[in-house]
Order: sequence, then C-alpha cells, then structure tokens
Amino acid sequence: MNNRLYGNLIFELSKEGRKGYSLPKNNFGRYEVPASMRRSEDARLPECDELTVVRHYTNLSNNNFGVDTGFYPLGSCTMKYNPKINEEMAAQPQFQNLHPEQPAKTTQGALALVALLEKSLCELTGLAHFTFKPYAGAHGELTGLMTIDNYHRSRGDLARKKVIVPDSAHGTNPASAAVCGLEIIEVKSLADGTVDFDDLQRICSVSGDSIAAMMMTNPNTLGLFETRIPEIAKLIHGCGGLMYYDGANLNPMLGACRPGDMGFDVMHINLHKTFSTPHGGGGPGAGPVGVREGLQEFFPCVSPYHGNFGVMMRAYAYILSLGRENIKEVGPLAVLNANYIKESLKDVYELPIDGLCCHEFVFDGLKDKSTGVTTMDVAKRLLDYGYHAPTIYFPLLFHESLMVEPTENESKETLDGFIAVMRQIAEEAKTDPDKVKSAPHNTPIGRVDDVLAAKHPIVTFRQMKNERMKE
Amino acid sequence: MYKYYPQTDADLQAMLAKVGVKNLDGLYAQIPESIRFRGDYKLPSEMSELEVRDTFKKLGEQNEQLTCFAGFGVYDHYTPSVIPSLLQRSEFLTSYTPYQAEISQGTLHYIFEYQSMMAELTGMDIANASMYDGTTAAAEAMMMSVAAGKKQNKVLVSAGMNPRTREVLDTYALHQGIELVTIPLKDGVTSKQDLEAQLAAGDVAGVMVQQPNVYGIVEDFTGFADACHDKKALFIIDNVAADLAVLKTPGEWQADIAVGDGQSLGIPMLFGGPYVGYMCCTEKLIRKMPGRIVGMTKDNRDQRAFVLTLQAREQHIRRQKATSNICSNQSLMALFVTVYMSLMGKQGVKEAAELSYAGAHYLCDALLKTGKFHLTYDKPFFNEFHVKYDDDVDALYQRFIEAGFLGGVKFDGGLLFAVTEKRSKEEIDNLVKLAAL
Repeated sequence: MNNRLYGNLIFELSKEGRKGYSLPKNNFGRYEVPASMRRSEDARLPECDELTVVRHYTNLSNNNFGVDTGFYPLGSCTMKYNPKINEEMAAQPQFQNLHPEQPAKTTQGALALVALLEKSLCELTGLAHFTFKPYAGAHGELTGLMTIDNYHRSRGDLARKKVIVPDSAHGTNPASAAVCGLEIIEVKSLADGTVDFDDLQRICSVSGDSIAAMMMTNPNTLGLFETRIPEIAKLIHGCGGLMYYDGANLNPMLGACRPGDMGFDVMHINLHKTFSTPHGGGGPGAGPVGVREGLQEFFPCVSPYHGNFGVMMRAYAYILSLGRENIKEVGPLAVLNANYIKESLKDVYELPIDGLCCHEFVFDGLKDKSTGVTTMDVAKRLLDYGYHAPTIYFPLLFHESLMVEPTENESKETLDGFIAVMRQIAEEAKTDPDKVKSAPHNTPIGRVDDVLAAKHPIVTFRQMKNERMKE
Repeated sequence: MYKYYPQTDADLQAMLAKVGVKNLDGLYAQIPESIRFRGDYKLPSEMSELEVRDTFKKLGEQNEQLTCFAGFGVYDHYTPSVIPSLLQRSEFLTSYTPYQAEISQGTLHYIFEYQSMMAELTGMDIANASMYDGTTAAAEAMMMSVAAGKKQNKVLVSAGMNPRTREVLDTYALHQGIELVTIPLKDGVTSKQDLEAQLAAGDVAGVMVQQPNVYGIVEDFTGFADACHDKKALFIIDNVAADLAVLKTPGEWQADIAVGDGQSLGIPMLFGGPYVGYMCCTEKLIRKMPGRIVGMTKDNRDQRAFVLTLQAREQHIRRQKATSNICSNQSLMALFVTVYMSLMGKQGVKEAAELSYAGAHYLCDALLKTGKFHLTYDKPFFNEFHVKYDDDVDALYQRFIEAGFLGGVKFDGGLLFAVTEKRSKEEIDNLVKLAAL
C-alpha cells in the first residue's frame, strides 16, 4: 500500500458528456417510459470514461491494507490466507449465470455442491445438518437462536426465553438474542477467564425452567479452552436448554475437537474465517448453521435461497484443496503460532492469564504502564511498521485489551518480525513516548477526528457539497 | 508441509521449544481426552489444483445454461468487464472491516461513494454502508420502524411484496413479536382504501410496499405517505435498484425508508448470492438506522478522511439493547455496484433501464399477439410482467427449458417474464416462436 493519500472522490472526476459504458442499440421500436412513471430529475451519478474509473479504484485500493499486503493479526477475525484457486472456482460461468428460481433439474451441479459442502461441514463439526441461508456470522447466530426458539415453541415450552451468555462474549451474541426476542443472562468469568461454573449452577437453579440456550465460543474470546465444557453441556441439557456454539473461534478446533462431540446442539460457522473465504472489506461472508439430528425441521427462513452461494463455492474449494490430510493441521499450526508470539512477548506486554492459549490470546497493554502509552497507541504505531493492528479494547474484561490472532499461514520469519517490532514499540514507549502517542506517521492519513464525524454526520457527497456552499 | 503452511521441521522444533511443549499434540493438553477428535475426518484426500479445477468443471457441467427471462427479484443484467477485475484487487478483497481508518481509506472511501450514489438513486437523504440483501434489508426496515415508533407494534405489508421477501419478514416478525398485517391488492395494485382502514385501526409503526410490485406493475403511491404520516407510521418502499434510474423515486413518494436489493446493478445471479441490500432514509432517522455508516472527517494532518461513524447505534456497543444484530456490511458487493454506477454513470443507468423497459414491452406485445396469452392485470409495468396462458402452462415452461430458455417464473397460475438489456431481439423472437406453437 501507499503511504501517500489518494484522496479524490469519483464525483470529483466527473465531467458532463463522458461515458464509461457501451450498450446494444435499442432496436425494439418505440417503447418510451411514460412521463407519469418517471423521476423528475436524473440521479446525479458521475460521468467518467473507463480508464478514469479503473485508475480511480486502483488508486483507492492502494490506500488499503489486506492479508495479501502483510501480517493481519486481527484477533477473533481469523485473517488467514485466501487462496487464489477459490476465486477462480467461484468465477466459473457455469455457476455465475444460474438464476435461483431455475428448476432443480437444471441446477444439479450447484445443488450437488451444496450437498457436498454440507456433508463436509457435518463431518468437521460432528453435527447432522446445515442450512446455508444465513449470510454472515451474526446472521447465523440469529438463525441458530431462531431454530432453538422454534424448537421450544414446538414443544409448547413457551417460557424458555432466556439465553445464558458469558460476560466475555462477542457483542453480537446478546444483540442476536435480543433480535430473536430472547433475554440475556450473563454468566461471570473466573480469574482464569473461563466460565464460573458455580455462577452457572446458581443461574440454572434459579432460572432453569426459562433457559432456552447457552451460547458459547470454545475456545472463548480470550483464546482459552473451556475445559469444563462437558459438565456445562450436561448442566444446561439437564434443565432443558440447548447448547449454542458460536463458530467464530472454530479455526483452532480443526484437527482437535468437534463442537458436536463437546455437547453442542446448534452452531454457526463463519466461512470467511475458518474456511478461508475473503473478508472483502467487511463482507460478503457466510454463516451456515448446523444442528444435531432432529433439529433441522426448526430452521427458519432467513433468506430466500442458498445464502451466499459464491462464498460457499470458495469454502468447498478450500476443503477439497486441503483434504483430510491437511485440514487437521489447521488448528495445531494456528495454535502454535499464537503461543509462540505470546511466549515471545509476555515479558514486555501484560499477559493477564498465563498458560496455553488456542488460536489467539489477549494482552492487557504494555507491562510498564508508567509511560502513558496505551493499547491504542501501540496499535497505531504498528501501522507505521507495516502491520495491521490486533483487535483492541475487546474483550471488555480488561482495560487495555490487545488481542492477537496470527493464523496457521504465517511463517516463523513473519512472526519474528512482528515480535521484534512489538518489542521495539515497547522500547519506544520508554525512550520516545510522544512518537508512539502521535502515531501513525507513515500511513496515508494520520489519526482521524471521530468526534467531528459523529457530531455532525456527513455521509453523502451531496451533503458534503451543501456544507461547502454554506461555508 | 502443505503449500499454505510455511513451518519447516526446524521452525516447528524451535517454536515448540519456545512454547515449552514437546509436540503439536501437547498444545491441546488442557482439553479432556473424552472430547478430543482423533483419527481422520471422512473427507476426500488432498487435491492438486488440477484436480480441484476438474471437480468444479464436472459440477459446472451438470448445470444447464439457460437464456434468462426470469426475474422475481433477481435479474440477469449486464456486468461490465472492469468490475470483476477491480474486485480482485486483493487490497480490497483480503481486507476486513475498516477499523483502522489510517490503512483502510480505500474501503472507507468507496463506501462513502456507495452511500452517495444510493442516496442519489433513491432520492433519499442518506444511506448506510449496505446490508446482506434486499430481503433482510426489508426485515431491518420493518424492525427499524417499530423501534422508531412510540409503542406501535404493527407493520402493514402490501400483498404486492414478493413472497420470498414476505417469508423473511414473517420469520423476523414472529421472533420480534411484531404483528404483520397484509394490505390486499385491488386490480393488481395496493388497495389504498384498505391501507387507510388499517391505519385508522391504529398501532401501526410502518407500512411497506414494493415497486414495481411482484406482478411487475408500477404502482401509484399518491397519498400513501400522507396517510402514513397522519398516523405517525413510517412509509417504506422496497425498490429494484436498477429501475430507479428511471422510475419515480422513494424520495419523490416521500418515503421515510427505502430498501431493496442492489443485485440488478450488474451483479451476477450466481444461484442466489452474494448480492447487496441497500437501506436509505431521511436525515431525521439517521440515528435509528441499523448497520454501518461511513462519514467524512479530518485527520490530524488536516486532510479529508473517512471513518466509520455513529457507532453508538451498533451491536458491539449496545449489546442486548441493540435493535439490530447486523455486524458487517456487504462491502465487496457495495464496491461492485459502486464501480457499476461509476462506469454506467448518469446516462448509462438510464439507458440500461430504458432498454429493459423496451425489451419487456416488445416481448409482451408479441406474446399477446399470439392470442394465447393475456395480461393478468392490465396495468403499467416496467421490465417484468405477469401473463396467463390459455393452455397448459407447465408444458409450455418445460418446452422453454428444453429449448434452452428460462421462460420466466411460474407464479400465481401464470408466468412472470422479465427482460433486461442483455436480451437481444433475436432471443425474444425465438422465445415467442416457442410460445406460439
């Protein structure tokens, strides 16, 4: 990526009379859209020639950082390599032109792919069925909770409206529950970061009859494996609830554990994390939901067709490429990479919970707090050195959370480079704290004024122009 | 080691030593043995690239390539060649949500452009950074109207909504405890009389209509917004994005929220997705809008910069108090339609829509001329229309398939045909010949 900003908007490159398209001639005769149907004024879209458009977006891409650019240790997002063969497979015209309302006998290849992917995911998770309707992880959570809600409703068990969520959970968990019309009960974490089993027992004894489900990631958001998971599952099942597995942290479990075997009944998978499909700057993802036998009849209709089919094609290409031999190495190598970074930095960064982590771990800022250098500053300084920042200020359990997830695809050299830079930043925090606090310096833009953006929102070009006219 | 794994044996030994475990298995020492997965997954063996290609090729060959006259919410529009090539720029493709604005101006920048273009197209004040698809955008609009209202819990939905969308609305409404009431059609268009009666009954948070409706008919919403606003209900229009290049906009109909699918802006049909949902609204409602929003600001070097803004609305801050759980947007597909609108521009989007209109009316006239079809409702339509066939419609549909045509969508006892700028006169003539047999 560049370190100088390319700052134009496409609207600012527009000139009346230019065009960047070619369409066939209208030889249908005189069919004119009647004035009564028409908008009174054209949409003010830009007018640009083709090369201007190509250059503009190419230059914009140079303001961006992706996995292909460099190390992207964004905790809980699993920014692994997105293989190119996946893209090639998803671009095949034999799939691109399929209308979703086409009769099944003309789409046998696409349907076979759906079935094959389902079979693979069942095998990898220990569950029995998947629905591919959910478009993203959060959409999958909602779908899974709706499945659970439908199950309880079908039994006339209408009081089950509470979902137990650990206090370390992703923000989407409680939000998904709320959208599903369910209430949240937070269960506390112990000092070692895992679920407080005593607190969970207390909750179950008080509210057992109203528990719809317990929602967990395992490993949890601290990257720690919940070793008491069999007991937790037994406890929840004992009071009539179901176990929901948030697949956000599934990656380290490939080759190690299956959610179905841990006692989970329902789960979603983020195909854009564990199954290597690109994050695309924030989507499209895919959040297929799996269930144990008997629950598939409670899948809700959360989208019209087979979800983000193009994303599923990429995931299937990934599974085929790796095969059974290599897919079981995903988890161990991701876990090794994370632990290696953790062990190499824990003398300078505060590690609140020591011991083996899974695919990610959380530092609570710098060990030496006297410099006034915060996690935000460390994150911004990392950008100067050509690294994407880890996830910061999540989980909420610590004030200065810095969550690192390297994935299995990174070499020892890359990790060593990152470790060296993290140590250097810790050193700079002592010798030149202002430099760290004012970082980044080598990026296309410096720190942005978030307050200005929120206080007086300008979210379209037209608003921007009107604003200028006022000035 | 496999090609995606860079760790050599020497690397592994050095790293394991640093971590203080003997082997990779030791990394999972804390996990109870009873739940460990041992052995092999029942999956195919590792495939070379050539074998992966071959597998997909064989799957692809099992799909029939049909000339598409189907719509029903998904349209076979033209994709300019520039788009796939720009979308493969891996700085866009392999990045994530632009949390670090300093190294994500590319994404933030195009989302700002996307928001600007969608607001122009719909004639609304503002847009969010995109939603999953049109159906879930409609569901979010439904929930937004209830959240924005005082205590109203009812949403009125026109029978002109596509049943695919309606099914998704029903799902969300069931779990949210929202009451959905259908406003029937009269002569193929939303009954204003029934709308007013339902509004008068009270407790209405929102009213949702589709344009063009599921029969392809372009409805006249004169007076709808006033009727809604009199009763403090929000007026929501679900539009096919591409048609708005020409059609009267939700803004002109005084809608409060405009939603729909952006697939018609050149996105391949790809068996149902990925597409992109859009949501636009009035400035007044900005803090009630779900999803991400990109705003303009300045950096500490006094440069214009873009950033995710108004995040206090979002799930990761509000947690269980959030009114939507949407986390990501559909960023890359938002880039898709942004590049589309940049290339097509002010004139191109109109020209494509007018071509689609002309092609559809040419086909309709030709079908009616065979004497075997009649329009289900004789109302103005855009590029999609619903006809009844005097003979066996299933047999006709099958005849189309065998000749390589997807002859519309079977719906409500007839056929719903859609035509886009991709359909040539020759293709239409050939379809009509089959229909006249």
